[in-house]
Amino acid sequence: MAKKLESNFVNMFVVLLVIGLVAALALGFTYSKTRPEIEAAAQKKQEKNITAVLEGITYDNKPLAEKYTVDGFDGLELYPARQGGELAGVAVKTVSPSGYSGNVWLMVGFKPDGTINRTSVVEHKETPGLGTKMDTPWKDQYNGKNPGTNNIKVRKDGGEIDAITAATISSRAFSDAVQKAYDAFKKGGEK
Amino acid sequence: MNNLQVFTRGLVKENPIFVLLLGMCPTLAVSSSAFNGLGMGLAATFVLVCSNVVIALLKNLIPDKVRIPAFIVVIASFVTIVDLSMQAFTPALSESLGVFIPLIVVNCIILARAEAFASKNGVLGSLLDGLGMGLGFAIALTILGGIREILGDGKFFGFPLFGENPTTILLFILPPGAFIALGLVIAFVNKFVKKTA
Repeated sequence: MAKKLESNFVNMFVVLLVIGLVAALALGFTYSKTRPEIEAAAQKKQEKNITAVLEGITYDNKPLAEKYTVDGFDGLELYPARQGGELAGVAVKTVSPSGYSGNVWLMVGFKPDGTINRTSVVEHKETPGLGTKMDTPWKDQYNGKNPGTNNIKVRKDGGEIDAITAATISSRAFSDAVQKAYDAFKKGGEK
Repeated sequence: MNNLQVFTRGLVKENPIFVLLLGMCPTLAVSSSAFNGLGMGLAATFVLVCSNVVIALLKNLIPDKVRIPAFIVVIASFVTIVDLSMQAFTPALSESLGVFIPLIVVNCIILARAEAFASKNGVLGSLLDGLGMGLGFAIALTILGGIREILGDGKFFGFPLFGENPTTILLFILPPGAFIALGLVIAFVNKFVKKTA
């Protein structure tokens, strides 16, 4: 067995430097190899969610390519769907910071008059078995409601949404995100 | 100690979770379902095997006084590689494990094996040690995740066991359930496995 390198200044400096350099090269290589895949996966997910919330609406453009944002709504992204140039609906990626553990990201599809078409859960960190139930047929009760005329808060807060049992906070966050999506869509106008 | 023993002791006799009680933080946090536990366990196994091998190869080149920073750089690099690969190829798993993959860096099992085993033993032994300890970790996480998923959500690997809307003990999915389930499993292991091993 070879003798261990002595712990003098030069040895320590050189060894750490070399290890650091090799690690940096390996990471750079991995990053450049995986980046296109990561972006493609994110893109695909976005597309899937947009298609899901625009279900039943016919459109002939590519909503993903016409993304726009609205001032005062940080993090919200709007994807208009058009049929022959006319607005047929809009998919809004929206977020509520008031989830039980962190942000709740949703995609909400609206018809041009503001009626909710479909909702889709993009990302959340809610409690498994409780808040995660938001991604079940539970969310269908939002479909067909118009936040302009319906109160989409949970019943406990005077609205018409039945909260998930034992996950009122997650349900509130869901309603909050949908409301924000509607507000952004109305404020942003029909671009 | 022969190579077979090096490999198998991580599985049962020195199981990092049930016997050594190392790496409790990711254990409690990600074991809310069997699938999460298995994913986390396999990711940690990969890092453990790679870092053990590299450290066993470099052990004579690393001066003693800087061995910890050197180990951490090696471990952190492998963790980042795993993290990026998971984001690229298994986005769903990467989402549900979230922040806990980067945190493998500070998982004490990995540094402990580097320090206690790989820096003193040969490459083959370190490889087997990493594999045994990693699989022991993965098995333990899967068992714990399975128990919590079955009791708390009525499912196993996402497959419903008791029909659509079973009455479940929600507590087991929540953080306190992690402690309770872990305690019960450790008690079981102490009673039936440790004595005879």
